[in-house]
Amino acid sequence: MMNQLTRIVIVGNGMVGHYFMQELVKRHPDLHAAQLQVTVLGEEPRPAYDRVHLSSFFSGSTAEDLSLVEPGFYDRPGLELRLNARVSQIDRHQHTVTLTDNTVLPYDKLVLATGSFPFVPSVAGRDRDNCFVYRTIEDLEAMTAAGKTAKSGVVVGGGLLGLECAKALKDMGLETHVVEFAPRLMAVQVDEAGGKVLRSKIEELGVHVHTSRNTTAIVDGATARHRMVFFDDTWLETDMIVFSAGIRPRDELARESGLAIGARGGIAIDDFSRSSDHDIYAIGECASWHDEMYGLVAPGYDMARTACAHLSGETTATFQGADMSTKLKLMGVDVASVGDAHGKTPGCRSYQYTDEVRNIYKKIVVSEDGKKLLGAVLIGNADEYGTLQQMTVNAMALPENPEFLILPASDGKEKPGLGVDALPDTAVLCSCNNVSKGAIGEAVAAGNCSIGAIKSCTKAGTACGGCVPLVTQVMKAQMVKLGMTVNNHLCEHFPYSRQELYHLVRVEQIRTFDDLLHKHGKGLGCDICKPTAASILASVWNDFILKKDLASLQDSNDYFLGNIQKDGSYSVVPRMPGGEVTPDGLIAIGQIAKKYKLYTKVTGGARVDMFGARVEQLPNIWEELIAAGFESGHAYGKSLRTVKSCVGSTWCRYGVDDSIGLAVQLENRYKGLRAPHKIKFGVSGCTRECAEAQGKDVGLIATENGWNLYVCGNGGMKPRHAELIASDLTKEEAIRMIDRFLMFYIRTADRLQRTSTWRDNLEGGLDYLRDVVIHDSLGLGAELEAQMQHVVDHYQDEWKTAVNDPEVRKRFRSFVNSKAEDSNIVFVNEREQIRPATVEEKKQAKVIPILATTE
Amino acid sequence: MSQGQQAAALDAAMNQSASQLGAWHPVCALEDIWPNMGVCALVEGRQIAIFRLQDNQLYALDNYDPHSDANVLSRGIVGDLSGERVVASPIYKHHYQLRTGVCVEDASISLKTYSVELRDDTVWVQV
Ligand SMILES: Cc1cc2nc3c(=O)[nH]c(=O)nc-3n(C[C@H](O)[C@H](O)[C@H](O)COP(=O)(O)OP(=O)(O)OC[C@H]3O[C@@H](n4cnc5c(N)ncnc54)[C@H](O)[C@@H]3O)c2cc1C
Ligand code: HEM
Ligand code: SF4
Ligand code: SF4
Repeated sequence: MMNQLTRIVIVGNGMVGHYFMQELVKRHPDLHAAQLQVTVLGEEPRPAYDRVHLSSFFSGSTAEDLSLVEPGFYDRPGLELRLNARVSQIDRHQHTVTLTDNTVLPYDKLVLATGSFPFVPSVAGRDRDNCFVYRTIEDLEAMTAAGKTAKSGVVVGGGLLGLECAKALKDMGLETHVVEFAPRLMAVQVDEAGGKVLRSKIEELGVHVHTSRNTTAIVDGATARHRMVFFDDTWLETDMIVFSAGIRPRDELARESGLAIGARGGIAIDDFSRSSDHDIYAIGECASWHDEMYGLVAPGYDMARTACAHLSGETTATFQGADMSTKLKLMGVDVASVGDAHGKTPGCRSYQYTDEVRNIYKKIVVSEDGKKLLGAVLIGNADEYGTLQQMTVNAMALPENPEFLILPASDGKEKPGLGVDALPDTAVLCSCNNVSKGAIGEAVAAGNCSIGAIKSCTKAGTACGGCVPLVTQVMKAQMVKLGMTVNNHLCEHFPYSRQELYHLVRVEQIRTFDDLLHKHGKGLGCDICKPTAASILASVWNDFILKKDLASLQDSNDYFLGNIQKDGSYSVVPRMPGGEVTPDGLIAIGQIAKKYKLYTKVTGGARVDMFGARVEQLPNIWEELIAAGFESGHAYGKSLRTVKSCVGSTWCRYGVDDSIGLAVQLENRYKGLRAPHKIKFGVSGCTRECAEAQGKDVGLIATENGWNLYVCGNGGMKPRHAELIASDLTKEEAIRMIDRFLMFYIRTADRLQRTSTWRDNLEGGLDYLRDVVIHDSLGLGAELEAQMQHVVDHYQDEWKTAVNDPEVRKRFRSFVNSKAEDSNIVFVNEREQIRPATVEEKKQAKVIPILATTE
Repeated sequence: MSQGQQAAALDAAMNQSASQLGAWHPVCALEDIWPNMGVCALVEGRQIAIFRLQDNQLYALDNYDPHSDANVLSRGIVGDLSGERVVASPIYKHHYQLRTGVCVEDASISLKTYSVELRDDTVWVQV
């Protein structure tokens, strides 16, 4: 058997089908050698993507961002992926499947991973235009298109998905309604009291909720496209409708070929994920195990692992059902349910806590003997989710007064949290990726000591992010256990992190490095702590960076106010706010570049860079630039670089607001601001996004309702899209939010940490950032704004100060004792401009003499 | 880099400096070098980086950074690593010991060091 080729066909390239393939490749990296020939058939036009985070499509993720497939994964020998390939029939006797284009493929083993389809109740008129379901990227593209012209939207179904969808409609700026058949929202996960609290939370956010409403027909509306008529003849008018009334397994292929079907539908499987035909496996949402179907991805992954093991001849791994605990953030509201949330276990008892002022509801269900936790419901605040879920799943002993688990901590008293030490190594912390406590421990032992490193090494916390707080706790506990101090010391001279030093500088009003070193450090300092201190001092006090006591701290780039190039020459980059420059400005730049024989290039940052200046030329060049009205562009600093902009409503026929005006204003506001790393902005005049604002640390996009603010994107080595943090802002609001965002970043980021990595390492992620910046949850807003205003008020053009200070100016020379030039800087001609000579060319002395004056 | 290798490289560097005794040249006034910074002097066609530390201790070594093939060391940041005074190259951030010229990251490379003295507020080097 092992010596002959086994042909495996997988139907469905969704989340679970793809996961199965990853598992198979993990077991058999060389499919050919393992005598396997695998064909994957997917009906959708693209390979597997992250359906769980489908909604992030609305906040800027692209289909590429959502893709689950590593480039090249399906190109390996022995593996073939066919897209737009829908299976229409299984012939179990011939062992073949037939595609809709009549292709016939033979199989030895068949894996069905066909997922489910959205259920649309049979209401007259449900096929009208602008009625949608919420399942695929194509669905969302269609909704986005319709949302552009719609004013209002209705979601049919008040479950998990329905509420997620309602948020998407709200974010599109629509008046949003949720229509639910049952008497409460999220009827499956939440009990009645919880449903009530959830409802008022969601109504607070401006979404209209209608429960116990059964739609009977959809007809033409009078004030909007549709009118939805309910069973009691009341009605609601709306421009678009999204059905999210549950899902049904895609078991049609199985039914037609006579496989056993579960009592409530779904392909019946055994503990090995086998269907009633032992050459056919079924995994994911299409499968029914003991008449249970799971509308979550983690159990599907579990089935995939089981099926893969069984196919490879291993019979020890079995599927044993799944913990359906969930915790979600729905429209900013925490919702969690654990285990037996409804208290259906005979004899169980429950504790409840309700706070009607802040709309918080918490309940725990305990066993009859009061020793074990059976389940929980948390609405409005789900901080205890991790603890409660682990206690339930691992059947851990309850503390003496279990009610304290959900009561707010009273002053000074620690909550009886879950000592992470009490968790067994087998406890699964990240159920999305099946990462156990033990695996986190091993990763720490192998040297992964930040949450970012843990994420990339174990994949924990990378799917839904829900387990990150608990994983962080375990990581820290493990580090302490291994005798590692949680060491984020800047360098050997300072036993502090950058964040702590920043704090010390502010609180103790420290203005010099010597003072800082004397009070808090040791030794002489080094090329790590000196520039870091320089940057902190600049962010806090914004003094001239070449003052005598600050000058020696600067990296060469900052010290000579230019970027050092590979041969020791410098670049000259004047600021052009928003990329705007007058013809006279351009002429001046051209003349200066010509005079000093500099290489010129229009850069990706929308300004003109000049290269090939010697140290001694810099002050002269800048003197001329300043006379022509230019300022330093800070291309050398860890500071604001450019604000890229399109021409916006001023010139562009699509523009809805003045993007260039705002860009110029922003660039002038934040120019010179020193930060842990460089910062780039983008401003687009409409959603066509010509300025690529979503690839920047701070991006603004104009919409009809105001500015949308995106943060923490970047290009560079690991590109990343910025995420929407606030919508519909006025210009003034946007600037205040950016003030806070930047200052919070400057305060808390590590040295050389760009905003995207910083955000990845914030424990609460984007939601936390939004709370701090937009909702001012730390009460820091006014302080951050005032601090930014201080920096803005103390701006000075560094080059202007430098060229006007003879002492400073003296520093700009190649040699302290000679007017000669550095003979190692030599240029040759290329495309009618200079470029640095290569080492070879220097040896052959094929060089042009430098004629430019240095006077 | 083993301890033995490091010691050998250090010896070589010391011998080299000591064996080539040249003439003394005046270079600049002490105040031309700001504390904790360097300047570059051109002496007999050689580029020499001269550093002044907080305690007015002076150091002189080649300005040429072999790792980046550029004359830049005088523009590096000075400090100490494990108590040994160093300058960091501004291009790829290699560290060189000020006392011996040995590269901290790669002890097979060491820069020539020069004797340097202060005479009546003037800095002199021996090349
Ligand atoms: C908006 C949204 C949010 C969600 N949020 C969560 C969440 O927070 N947590 C969670 O656990 N789960 C969530 N889910 C559910 C999760 O996405 C699913 O559990 C998971 O995608 C199931 O994977 P699957 O492979 O079984 O099905 P799918 O991912 O649906 O893949 C099935 C694939 O098979 C293809 N297919 C079907 N029939 C055929 C055929 N005959 N021939 C060829 N191809 C075929 C389909 O086109 C599809 O591409 C969410 C789902 C949605 C839509
Ligand atoms: C038992 C392990 C789990 C824990 C501890 C957990 C916890 C959490 C937490 C704390 C959040 C809020 C995140 C935030 O505020 O940013 C969250 C959100 C979420 N979780 Fe989980 N969860 C778990 C399992 C799952 C599973 C199995 C899935 C499905 C794969 C899932 C899908 C989601 C989704 C889609 C969100 C919303 C993300 C968002 O806010 O954008 N979770 N979870
Ligand atoms: S983003 Fe919009 S406004 Fe700006 S140039 Fe493009 S289409 Fe015009
Ligand atoms: S991409 Fe690389 S080579 Fe190009 S400018 Fe940036 S660092 Fe230099």
